Amino acid sequence: MIGEWLDIGWVDEIPVRGSRTVQVTGGDDIAVFRTGDGKVFALLDRCPHKHGRLSQGIVHGGAVACPLHNWRISLTTGEALGEDKGCTPVVPVKVSAGRVLICRTSVLKAAA
Amino acid sequence: MTDTREHLVVVGNGMAGCRAVEELIARDPHRYRVTIFGAEPHVNYNRIMLSPVLAGEKTFDEIVINDAAWYAANAIELIAGDPVQGIDRAAKTVTARSGRSVSYDKLLIATGSDPFIIPVPGKDLPGVISFRDMADVDHMLAAAGRGGDAVVIGGGLLGLEAAHGLSLRGMKVTVIHLMPTLMERQLDEAAGWLLKSALEARGQTILTEAHTAAILGDTQVEGVALKDGTVIPASLVVMAVGIRPSVALARDAGLAVGRGIQVDDHMVTSDPSILAVGECVEHDGNVYGLVAPLWDMCRALADGLTERHTGYRGSVTSTKLKVAGLDVFSAGDFSGGDGAEDIVLRDASRGVYKRVVVKGDRVVGAVLYGDTADGGWYFDLLKRAEDVSAIRDMLIFGQAFASGGGQADPKAAVAALSDDAEICGCNGVTKGKVVACIGAGNATLDAVRATCKASASCGSCTGLVETLLAVTLGDDYSGERTVRTMCKCTSFGHDDVRREIVAQGMRSIPEVMQKLTWSTPDGCSSCRPALNYYLLCALPGEYKDDQQSRFVNERLHANIQKDGTYSVVPRMWGGLTSPKELRAIADVVEKFDAPMVKVTGGQRLDIFGIKKEDLPAVWADLNAAGMVSGHAYGKSLRTVKTCVGSEWCRFGTQDSTGLGVKVERMTWGSWMPHKFKIAVSGCPRNCAEATIKDFGVVCVDSGYELHVGGNGGIKVRATDFLCKVATEEEAMHYCAAFIQLYREEARYLERTAPWIERIGVDYIRQRIADDAEGRDALAARFRYSQTFMQDDPWAARAAGDAREQHAPMAVFTPLDSAPVESWREMA
Repeated sequence: MIGEWLDIGWVDEIPVRGSRTVQVTGGDDIAVFRTGDGKVFALLDRCPHKHGRLSQGIVHGGAVACPLHNWRISLTTGEALGEDKGCTPVVPVKVSAGRVLICRTSVLKAAA
Repeated sequence: MTDTREHLVVVGNGMAGCRAVEELIARDPHRYRVTIFGAEPHVNYNRIMLSPVLAGEKTFDEIVINDAAWYAANAIELIAGDPVQGIDRAAKTVTARSGRSVSYDKLLIATGSDPFIIPVPGKDLPGVISFRDMADVDHMLAAAGRGGDAVVIGGGLLGLEAAHGLSLRGMKVTVIHLMPTLMERQLDEAAGWLLKSALEARGQTILTEAHTAAILGDTQVEGVALKDGTVIPASLVVMAVGIRPSVALARDAGLAVGRGIQVDDHMVTSDPSILAVGECVEHDGNVYGLVAPLWDMCRALADGLTERHTGYRGSVTSTKLKVAGLDVFSAGDFSGGDGAEDIVLRDASRGVYKRVVVKGDRVVGAVLYGDTADGGWYFDLLKRAEDVSAIRDMLIFGQAFASGGGQADPKAAVAALSDDAEICGCNGVTKGKVVACIGAGNATLDAVRATCKASASCGSCTGLVETLLAVTLGDDYSGERTVRTMCKCTSFGHDDVRREIVAQGMRSIPEVMQKLTWSTPDGCSSCRPALNYYLLCALPGEYKDDQQSRFVNERLHANIQKDGTYSVVPRMWGGLTSPKELRAIADVVEKFDAPMVKVTGGQRLDIFGIKKEDLPAVWADLNAAGMVSGHAYGKSLRTVKTCVGSEWCRFGTQDSTGLGVKVERMTWGSWMPHKFKIAVSGCPRNCAEATIKDFGVVCVDSGYELHVGGNGGIKVRATDFLCKVATEEEAMHYCAAFIQLYREEARYLERTAPWIERIGVDYIRQRIADDAEGRDALAARFRYSQTFMQDDPWAARAAGDAREQHAPMAVFTPLDSAPVESWREMA
């Protein structure tokens, strides 16, 4: 449903191989990532390990390395990669005509 | 006799409109009476071939798809050069600009797309054009005839093709691209870098991460100004930043329009009598700007119009750049992600980069540069979702290899090479020679490298040599390399990578990855920061630091804490402070509600619990009191710890505090392989603990004892004595030389203590104490590098630099967050 999408800004406001956050009042921040090939992903900004800010990690390939203990988290599934086990909720996101849209229900859930 | 057949009116004489009619005629040539309106005064031509026309490789006549005879033979009425301007759905008529009105039974909208014009001052000046139709090409050819400078805004497919054409026509071309990577929607960083290098070698100027601020000129375009103040002269500006579905006609008629005209699987709009096809439509949330989906859509449309109703299911697209001599191909999804595996082949000497993305035994994406022969094959595997598990190991070598021989075994492929086949291009070593070398008892990679020189230069044939070792020695080959690789992305060790960066004069991370045949598209969190440092060290003042290859602390110039807040440590030179500084720190603590302030082991104050958003404001306040970043977060010079020395202490032999301040002023801001601590003690009692620092000075009556390689961390290590010098100047000179030796030769994330244990303190003594000329050269290189490093990073951030790193992109308060109904046009 189109009405379920929240417009958060232009895609080029997110650095390539970098991330920006969406602050949710009363809830967890959402980290919005842009990979080397320009794809956009969003996760809760919270590593499943010790709740590190994934938005501050190094983005490589389709994963981000958490800044606290270097866990690698898949941007598509939120799952920890390699030997580590854990999962961060994925926030549906899409890019439409250069604008980044994230799923409204997920944002509400983040605040709940 | 009047024609009683249903009347199909097509708005748009482009590729989609005409193809739809062709498909329809192929199914039922007499079913409809057809009228086509075209905005351009031409018959139907192949728009994607405009680039070769611009480049002089084709003429307009050669790109015509349907000539006048085709319209006549099929009794199609073509109304060219008269665009339709209105649809009356109630009366079922369309009206063109000339006032001509035609009634329809079925209407097909195929208006394509409009070029997106970025809203900058000067965009309407004569000489500013897009690259969309034959008129644009005529404009460009006329401008090229006059010569001079051209600027192309947009480094995507279209922009690069325009730039190529203009360049061939003799213009001096500059491409301005907003993104760091050319064609970033189709290419990854590695392929983008190869493309950029190739275009630059052809004389084009490529500016990436360049923001257009304004187009200059009074009555005619004269240049383009960038946001950073650069002005590029231009008598022609081509805007090729993107296209938008052309939906004005449909929207005015009240049809459902999202990003494009919304259609169902049979290309029917919200009005059952009106269909739409091509780039102007939105199907299942997707809009397409490439040609292949048109063909699929037109088939579904024609089926629908002739009651077959197969339906359109969306398209997977592939891209090929039409620039002669540059082979670039991309298809599908190459974003990696879960379960996706990258198979990468880089051939530095041929300039080839191939990357195939496999997920669950299926090819899901491919990027090819330099050798696109197998593009079609990969695309075919992708579209058919074929199981490639049987040929996976050979997949990257292409169809000939993967399908030949029957068995998928890279060893067999290497074994099958003839003895004359060249293995190592750099040193001209054939397979026969490598095998003979192995047969003579060289059973390891390093032994082979040392003996016959295969893979001893660029190293890109390392894999081949290892396979030959395995094939020749069978079970006797241990398969273990003696050098530990930098990370899983490469077969090279740190030292190899550094040596090659310097030897080959490499200038960027993608270049290193290509030339040293990285196995991943953009590295990992281990190798990227290391490469960034090595390049920064090798090219002071020239290399542009890649922020995305830095750990968060070095990107935000503060220390991330476990709760996601940051700690801030201003520099206190030699541990000295003043009432003004202390007041400023106290004010910051209160103003930003910092929950803790702590005195550090490095003789300064650490302010804890600062939010990322507040960092620039905190820094501004500290800057105002004269303080700069303490780099307490970096692989860089941390502190210079001092004792009070001869000025106050009854035991002090020299002015250790003063020397400490001087040393810190000389060394601050420098990036290193790891953190680096210095101390200066005023006497052998050593209150500043100089003998567990990376560089320590212990003052004595007769001069200064210099110590190196100490560490007070996990494994305590006392320093090694380096030498004794007589003056402060010498102490500083030796310090500079030692730091530079460490910067140039230690591996990334290697502290001085393990480094010295690895290479031996004798080596350090020889380089720093014994070799006066070498010492001077090292110190000179350090001081030169420092001229670029000693800018306070906080000041720039406080002034608004990199604001996006500190501010959230958006803030939502869930209760009043209004959802967007559709994408809003930029105001």
